Amino acid sequence: MKKFLPLSIFLLLCVLPLIGLSTYVMHILVLLIMWSVIGMGWNLLGGYCGQVSFGHAAFFGMGAYTAGLLYFHLGWSAWWGLLASLPVLLVTSFVIGFICLRLRGAYFALATLALGEVLRVTAENLVKFTQGDIGILIRQRTWVEKTWYYYIILLIAAGTFFLVKRVIESKWGYYFVAIREDQDAAESLGINTTLYKTISLCLSGTLTGIAGAFYMNYMGYIDPTVVFPLYDISIVTVMVVMVGGVATYWGPAIGALVMVFLAEIIRSMPKVGAAHQTLFGILLIFIIIFLPNGIGGDYRKFARLFKPRGARP
Amino acid sequence: MSLLQIRNVSKLFGGLAALTNVSYDVKQGEILGLIGPNGAGKTTLFNVVNGFYPPSGGEVFFKGEKISRLKPHQICKLGIARTFQVVRPLQRMTTLDNVIASAFLRAKDKAEAAEMALENLRFTGLYEDRLVVSKSLPLGKRKKLELTRALATKPEMLLLDESFAGLNPSEQNELIEIIHKVRAKGITIMVIEHHMKVIMSISDRIVVLNYGEKIAEGTPKTIGSNPLVIEAYLGEEHHA
Repeated sequence: MKKFLPLSIFLLLCVLPLIGLSTYVMHILVLLIMWSVIGMGWNLLGGYCGQVSFGHAAFFGMGAYTAGLLYFHLGWSAWWGLLASLPVLLVTSFVIGFICLRLRGAYFALATLALGEVLRVTAENLVKFTQGDIGILIRQRTWVEKTWYYYIILLIAAGTFFLVKRVIESKWGYYFVAIREDQDAAESLGINTTLYKTISLCLSGTLTGIAGAFYMNYMGYIDPTVVFPLYDISIVTVMVVMVGGVATYWGPAIGALVMVFLAEIIRSMPKVGAAHQTLFGILLIFIIIFLPNGIGGDYRKFARLFKPRGARP
Repeated sequence: MSLLQIRNVSKLFGGLAALTNVSYDVKQGEILGLIGPNGAGKTTLFNVVNGFYPPSGGEVFFKGEKISRLKPHQICKLGIARTFQVVRPLQRMTTLDNVIASAFLRAKDKAEAAEMALENLRFTGLYEDRLVVSKSLPLGKRKKLELTRALATKPEMLLLDESFAGLNPSEQNELIEIIHKVRAKGITIMVIEHHMKVIMSISDRIVVLNYGEKIAEGTPKTIGSNPLVIEAYLGEEHHA
């Protein structure tokens, strides 16, 4: 039964648009699936390999800008830009890994935090190349309807899910987790920790970047504060996985579901709307204290919270 | 032939000499005991052999090949595996997954790695605990897990860092038996141990370190009556 869960959810999501959802709901669904992809990408590095990154906006933005700049300078369709971003992301992830992965734990997290900011400032200031704060606008988006975007991101998400599952169940997955649990012990067991951390980062960065390139296509407009922000992308990425369940297959999707809906609900409330980051912060504190493994990891505990008091063991 | 040659190895931490010109050989197939008072540099020597520290001076050769300044994973690949004094299981993995992760070093695919892991778990008697998450294993079993994990990398040489510390007598006897079985497989063993009864009974030869220097080397019998060794352990006034 459990074996068919991914397939049945995929099929369900395939037929979902056929029932005639409003444009707004479709938009939310697209964002939700996109965030699942970003979360799954982050999870490979931060969840399984234990290298917590606070700078995944760097990869997201890089994907978006690769597609955007190819469109802007060379007139390529941003969909070709999405494909072209793959090698770009692989190479840049490798370079970033080469530099940042010499650091461990909190130092790695700080380095990635800086990385996202460095790229944002760079994109803002290389005005001739990136248009700076004016941003990049795709004059004519491919479709007005959301349906095709929905199916494309759904396909990307399904591919990502499958890829992550394959990787985690293979030798690489064992090595990633071994590195997370104890890097020195892993090294002494013959695991080339630098190499496997770099592999993990390359996969993670590339997946996140694909979501970024998709975002360029979908929104039709990017600027540095939209795709490279610390709060709205980097921190939310960490939250999506933390809320959903670190190092679980479904965690990122669950987290994306919670976070996207929560963001929409909070933003629609008058007066509190502007304080959504504060509320997210409070939520994060609660999650860390009460559900350290996220909803996906601690779902039994989570379910118990909603049972009447007497029913608790 | 000597499997491992340690030649004039020194290790300085700032101005502190943890090891000074240590040289000795470990012969193929033997069990070599490494003893010395606390802070004598035993674990530091393991860390140099295993590649965690580059030596400040001197070289280490394994099967005639220079291994000092290689990385730990490269040295492990060449055939030296180690255990840690403070056990370091991969906590949130099951016992079996711990061993599979290290078996991947020589296995082609997951099926082979799993098979090798199960075989090693049977060998050390942890088979029944294979599905237990390793952080909930008791100390004795964690120590065994360390050993199993090291064995799963198919080493030619095993470095055991205080595998007996904290074990009760029956666990100790069990472990001694396993170590004899490991040796019977043709694996050379270098073992750090504080427990004198154990080290005297399992070692073919013993090397004694004190303040980072080798002060004696020989069979358990000669070591037990060596005045320098007695002095290092008991202090001079007890000498007479």
